[in-house]
Amino acid sequence: MKKLIIGVVLVNLLAACASEPKKEPVADVSAPAPVTKAEAEAPKVAPAAPAKAAVDPLNDPTSILAKRSVYYPFDVAVVQDEDKPVVQAHAKYLSEHSNRSVRLEGNCDERGSNEYNLGLGQRRADGVKKMLELGGASAGQLESVSYGEEKPKASGHDEASWSQNRRTDLNYAR
Amino acid sequence: MILRVLQGMVGLLLLMQASMASAVLTIEIVGAGENQIPIAIVPFGGDARVAQTINEVVTGDLRRSGLFRLVDPTGKSPHVPAEVSYPDWEVRGAEALAIGMVVAQGGRIEARFRLLDVVKQTELIGQAVSASENQIRAIGHRIADLIYEKLTGDKGVFSTRIAYVNRQGTKFSLIVADSDGHNEQVVLAQNEPIMSPAWSPDGSQLAYVSFETGHAVVYVQSLYSNQRRVLVNFRGSNSAPVWSPDGKQLAVVLTRDGSSQIYLVRSDGSDIRRITFSGAIDTEPNFSADGQYLLFTSDRGGSPQIYRMPVKGGSTERLTFGEGSNFSPRHSPDGKNFVFAHLRNGRFYIALQDFQTGQMSLLTEGGWEKKPSFAPNGKLILFASEGRGRGILATVSSDGRVKQHMFTQSGDAREPVWGPYP
Repeated sequence: MKKLIIGVVLVNLLAACASEPKKEPVADVSAPAPVTKAEAEAPKVAPAAPAKAAVDPLNDPTSILAKRSVYYPFDVAVVQDEDKPVVQAHAKYLSEHSNRSVRLEGNCDERGSNEYNLGLGQRRADGVKKMLELGGASAGQLESVSYGEEKPKASGHDEASWSQNRRTDLNYAR
Repeated sequence: MILRVLQGMVGLLLLMQASMASAVLTIEIVGAGENQIPIAIVPFGGDARVAQTINEVVTGDLRRSGLFRLVDPTGKSPHVPAEVSYPDWEVRGAEALAIGMVVAQGGRIEARFRLLDVVKQTELIGQAVSASENQIRAIGHRIADLIYEKLTGDKGVFSTRIAYVNRQGTKFSLIVADSDGHNEQVVLAQNEPIMSPAWSPDGSQLAYVSFETGHAVVYVQSLYSNQRRVLVNFRGSNSAPVWSPDGKQLAVVLTRDGSSQIYLVRSDGSDIRRITFSGAIDTEPNFSADGQYLLFTSDRGGSPQIYRMPVKGGSTERLTFGEGSNFSPRHSPDGKNFVFAHLRNGRFYIALQDFQTGQMSLLTEGGWEKKPSFAPNGKLILFASEGRGRGILATVSSDGRVKQHMFTQSGDAREPVWGPYP
């Protein structure tokens, strides 16, 4: 049964990836090797719907919780309207899973001094932290840090790179 | 050395490309000072290898300053005053002449050198400079300092050191090097970012920000013993360390009470006092030479700009206005101006502003030019720039006339800061 659930999750993931190639990379994804194995075994099992309650929604690639980054305009640290549901979903999850903790890592594009950006990234991470607390997470589950412009995801001097670098990542402890 | 002459907008623009023998880095020089002093440096007599290294260092230093024009000594090689025929040098247009001998003995090198005034036919300096045989470049820098001081009246900075961060992929190294980028020493190497190195006033220690524990923490490390200690480590970010001129305390930026604010802390990490209360991002503090004022960057007015406040508290004054935003202020050693990074229309410039007049001038043409710091004599400004797709070190003279780019062997050079006089 456990194997089946993993199989279904992974198949879902494949489907999600196929239909939405631009989706954010999902954390906690196993190596692709087990997929073939799971698919090969799947037909042998009766097609009963897997019990959703047994799956940690954090590991469900179709869940909004699979989104682990929020993005910002230039020199802005306020969570944007389109990303608010993401943060609120994580707040709800954390409030229901008091054993989980998350690190909020603020990042910036390179248009600023390294030190100013360290402050801006901290402000971004702290903003997400505050929203999570308002949504029911407890302070003990949350740590906010900043990398400023020190860990860019993309290195070009253009908006295509900068827009990826202006973000706060929600990194769950394993 | 390749010498190309280009037609510039205002007169002639000299572009020199010098390839240093040790291949540590390449230096390109653009522009020239207004009144260059013509000087001939004759390769010293004695051990040819030692003499050649010293000659490279002395000529390289003087050329980079932009204040000297090197007169070709080919064909004449006096090493002592008795061998000098002044008319030979007058006819070549040299106003000063440096000659000398090197002697290697018992693991030490001694250079006996003289600086001669060609016009007055007098000796300006006669001095012996010595060091251990692995410090040949230091001898060259010292001789260049002596020549520079005698002929310009300003103290030379060729014997000083710089610190910067080298980034190669995910590998970060904190580097200390001679002012010309040679003689690199790795102070710290790790796979997490390093930021904001700051020299203690006596040059014996570096404070810096390291992310090795997963967030920004300020450390202080001795350059002699390599021992280090945590200066401040609160939740959130601990950053932007800078020493007070008396070395007794540092200003740092902490987010422990909310947004980035400036605090003072004793050099042993005790007695932490908050001194800004804006709720905005207040960062990059820099002490005036008398220790009375701090310049800093703040976005309290909406965009990042430069502000000044008394260290003891009191009214804060905004210093930069107009188009664009401004970062990373540093007082000039004479206290008359401050240098900073100016961001406008997506380009960073190195800018200088006069405290008295409030007049801002751009010293560079713009690009990715960040984190300026003055040489201790105030004549040169070191900053982070970009060239050939990499982060590089660059300098510009404080009048904006002479620029040089220093290409390190690999990786991105970032966060440079000029050290104090030795």
